[in-house]
Amino acid sequence: MKISDLNFKKLWVPSVLLVILGLLSTLTLYASTYSVILITSILMYIILTVSWVIFSAPTRYISLAPAAFFGIGIYTSATLGTELPLVLVILIGALLSSCLALLIGGLTLRLRGIYFTVFTFGLVELIKHLLLWYEIKFTGTRGRFVILVDNNTIYHTMLIILVVLLITAYLIRRSKYGLALWSIGEFEDAASHSGVNVNALKTITFAVSASFMGATGAIMATRWTYVDPYIAFKALYSFMVVLMAAFGGMGQLYGPVVGAAIFAYLEEILITKFPYYYMLSFGIILLVVILFIPDGLVGVIEDWQEKREGKQNANP
Amino acid sequence: MHATILEILIAGLLLGGLYALIAMGLSLQYGVARILNISHGEFIMLGALTTWTLQGTLDINPLFALAVCGPFAFILGFILHRTLFRYLLSSSDTSDIFESNSMLASFGLFFVIQNIALIVWGPEIRGYTYLAFPVEIGGALFGANRLVTAGFAIVIGTAFYLFLARTRMGKAIRAAAQDPTTAGLMGVNINNVLALCFGFGAALAAIAGMLISMVYPVHGVMGLEYTVIAIIVVVLGGLGSIPGSFIGGFLLGIIGSIVTYIDPSLSLVAYYLIFTILLLVRPTGIMGK
Repeated sequence: MKISDLNFKKLWVPSVLLVILGLLSTLTLYASTYSVILITSILMYIILTVSWVIFSAPTRYISLAPAAFFGIGIYTSATLGTELPLVLVILIGALLSSCLALLIGGLTLRLRGIYFTVFTFGLVELIKHLLLWYEIKFTGTRGRFVILVDNNTIYHTMLIILVVLLITAYLIRRSKYGLALWSIGEFEDAASHSGVNVNALKTITFAVSASFMGATGAIMATRWTYVDPYIAFKALYSFMVVLMAAFGGMGQLYGPVVGAAIFAYLEEILITKFPYYYMLSFGIILLVVILFIPDGLVGVIEDWQEKREGKQNANP
Repeated sequence: MHATILEILIAGLLLGGLYALIAMGLSLQYGVARILNISHGEFIMLGALTTWTLQGTLDINPLFALAVCGPFAFILGFILHRTLFRYLLSSSDTSDIFESNSMLASFGLFFVIQNIALIVWGPEIRGYTYLAFPVEIGGALFGANRLVTAGFAIVIGTAFYLFLARTRMGKAIRAAAQDPTTAGLMGVNINNVLALCFGFGAALAAIAGMLISMVYPVHGVMGLEYTVIAIIVVVLGGLGSIPGSFIGGFLLGIIGSIVTYIDPSLSLVAYYLIFTILLLVRPTGIMGK
């Protein structure tokens, strides 16, 4: 009974994943332009959330920097998009974001808890206002135009980034580095005494997570014809990512994916019609999740599974 | 040249009084109740918009709106702590977990309050003129409303400081800030004190909002900007130190006014730069331990 159950599970997860991947990669052949654009947005939020989770879930350092890394990607695309091929622009966006993350990580990851959160929040605003000041002072205009890319290309690029990200996240979770990261979140001093190079590990993971956000920003920018610092460095992106991760739950990799997908979809259909009510419900859901379901959807599902298995064990 | 320096200094002090008042509320909420309240600015916004409504529809003197905004915000804050944050306090295992959970919850509050305000008042930028005539100080002209604002901020700030330093309740609050468990054992009703602190923080924010509405235009999304300034001032003064945030407020006001004199568009950049450097060099702030 148990062995067959295991085999079934082993085959079940990858085959479902393959089917979903197959459906997504051929989406442009059968879906309308609108759905392609919609799913691109959803993929964007999934990437941002999963890459946030790579660093912040195990270490428990709540970073509000996603908007900064995302924005750097956007600005890379806006400044270099006309001169370089798309692939190169995305790689540069990822590289610049991870360089910034290395710098910040090296400087600030010794700040514990709330200080780190406050710092990363300030960082987004600092970059935004510096850029704004620079643009007005030296270029004389605010914002710039971005080269347009075909919707299907954006979609496929986004999908490739997501697949690479999910594989990376899975590998990190499975490796000894993943374990070391979780041990930092449990008890940082103990992790350090057990031989984990705490600072290096935190900084590098932070940079890996930032690079994906940068890459997403670089490709996403091509969908908007115009960007300025207010559009690119919106603190809201950071808040959204935290909410999506908290809602989905961070115990398993599918948590943030599902959380981001649900909210991104809700945002797409609600934000233009009822922006205030959407944001209001966003706040209420955040409160409810923090108060009553601290482990998110993953926690709810795991509880339910445990109960069901408990029942099965009770009546063999 | 002499007159300009004086002018910059006075402008900085006027701005600083307001900053100090904003930061004191947050400092109380973080220092005692351990809640880094991201929705702090939303209470400022509520105070400002309420004052605007009272002034516009009922023709009530903005300064009298104090009697409405202050107590109302206090009750709101008190109830919020009694329900939401107290629940979080009991469900969080350690104080670190409570700090991050309560901060996330305040993000939720931020969205809730801001969007209720946007539904009620709409996104328009509003303002009214009150005491807008100029007054001459040291050869420079300042709006009378700015002087009233700064004066009020200083009076309220000092009164509040005296309350903390001299009264029995103030002593209980300071004891709770130092060590909540021991304070509880010594007979301080800790849950009450924490809720009171959160309420006082909200009341100070609403009063600051009332003062802001006399000088600056007000709108539904103004809150975050002031939250950020409050956080910077609080970090500058030392997280949790009331005198620190008072000094920090004036310091940031003067710095802001100097930078504005050099290049107005750089003032926010300067704030964040100071904040960043401070967090790296001395995260405990000027008055921190």
